[in-house]
Amino acid sequence: MAEQQRRQRPAPKERVEETEELPASTERGEKLKGELDDLLDEIDEVLEENAEDFVKSYVQKGGE
Amino acid sequence: MAVPKVCGTETEYGVVLRGAPDPNPVLASSVLINSYVEQRKVGWDFDDESPGRDARGYAREGTQAPEIETHLVNTVLTNGARYYVDHAHPEYSTPECADALELVLADKAGERVLARSMQAASRVLEPGQSIVVYKNNSDGKGNSYGCHENYLVDRAVPFATLVRHLLPWFATRQVFTGAGKVGSENGAAPVPYQISQRADFFEEEVGLETTLKRPIVNTRDEPHADPQLYRRLHVIAGDANLCEVATFLKVGATAVILAMIEDDFIDAASGTRKEWSLAGPVAAMRTVSHDPTCRATIELADGSRMTAVELQWEFLRLAQKYADETGLAACGESVGDEVLSRWESVLSALERDPRSLDGQLDWVTKLGLLEAYLERDALSWDDPKLSLLDLQYHDVRPERSLYERLVRAGKVERLVDEADVRNAITEPPGSTRAYFRGTCLARWPESVVAANWDSLILDIGGDPLKRIPMMEPLRGTRAHVGPLFDTVNTPAELVARLTS
Repeated sequence: MAEQQRRQRPAPKERVEETEELPASTERGEKLKGELDDLLDEIDEVLEENAEDFVKSYVQKGGE
Repeated sequence: MAVPKVCGTETEYGVVLRGAPDPNPVLASSVLINSYVEQRKVGWDFDDESPGRDARGYAREGTQAPEIETHLVNTVLTNGARYYVDHAHPEYSTPECADALELVLADKAGERVLARSMQAASRVLEPGQSIVVYKNNSDGKGNSYGCHENYLVDRAVPFATLVRHLLPWFATRQVFTGAGKVGSENGAAPVPYQISQRADFFEEEVGLETTLKRPIVNTRDEPHADPQLYRRLHVIAGDANLCEVATFLKVGATAVILAMIEDDFIDAASGTRKEWSLAGPVAAMRTVSHDPTCRATIELADGSRMTAVELQWEFLRLAQKYADETGLAACGESVGDEVLSRWESVLSALERDPRSLDGQLDWVTKLGLLEAYLERDALSWDDPKLSLLDLQYHDVRPERSLYERLVRAGKVERLVDEADVRNAITEPPGSTRAYFRGTCLARWPESVVAANWDSLILDIGGDPLKRIPMMEPLRGTRAHVGPLFDTVNTPAELVARLTS
């Protein structure tokens, strides 16, 4: 799977080769990052609790 | 000439009854729909239904109209849609639409109907219980349910011709129709994430089944229209989309392909038949779906290899030529042009950087969300939280839907106005016979005894029930019967005018 390299900081365990960024895009990147963080915080609020049990209990009958 | 591409979607929603000791999905679906239908229910007339009829020209042994199970809810709405319990799911079949943009509106209105149904159901359920529905296609445990499309197609086109062109079409259009899924199922090779919810479930190239050994091209032959003139192609190889751009392109581009097939444009224009046939369409479904980089190649019958996007470019170039030479009247002229332009921009983006389609395509939008969590919380792909995010992306409750959160954050492109969506919850499209069906239901709910796609049964008092055939999907439009509705006050007058 392709790594997403532009919007994100490199994940701790992964080396991303292209690390140079132009200053302007860093600024824009920070702003986007801030927006994304806010959005994730907002999503945290509505996420169902206990992910493992919740996902496990979602069982459907085949349809069509 | 290609026949107008009257089209619709039929979406089975995942359903959960929470807080009940022994949740029954059939019951939950029934409660959901019953709660929504506040006005008198109009029953569905099964007389013309024959889901066992095969487009290849034979009927399955023992096939007959399904038994009407009285406990199963089956209703018609004033917007012309059918809303019913199918197997163990609530299913919403949109009214017939004249083009892809109308269908985006009708499909989105369906989501709102389900959302309202959940609210309505909460008022009748026991305290502590709730019904939740998901617009997705898989439970992640090997059980799949469909989002089908239907298209009006000229009966004169040999079914084998449709199959030949549609196999490579369905295998490759996944790059924009996919709704995205964490993991794989049904014996498919393990992957962290794949493009389509459905690809793992296709096991045959062509067939009548929809629940077992699913075929890429489904042969169900229920025209719901004059069978001498039309087919109604029943497509099961698609995902349920939330992104309006994805629905628009899925339906719009497929309509253009079908118009080209009807006009014999593909074969005549390029002699491409040989190059475009896939060596293994079933394997290709998975190969394409399992590669979110969109770089994997699939083998063609002549031994060459292409990526799905490259094959899509071939289809698009032909479609552009077709539009120049023939026009796109069958797909709604201006909407057809919008489809081609969107199709081109999406393919360009897929080639350059699929991630740039975040906010247009479901699989990319979901992947963006998952990767943001992967990074922030340092998760691995097998963390259940990612499966939860995957599932909850499709939650239809506006306050819980992660897709809806992204819309509200301005991260998703919309093609229709919410005011128009609200209107489409109750109003039929004016462009097809759904207008006649929906208007009769809205005006005389007490008199409509039963309805289905191609007829309406009215009780006008005294006489035997009156069955009004609607075999032509483009008759009964607002332009056609709007003036008539303006001049009649009762269903009896309507029948008198129609039969005079």
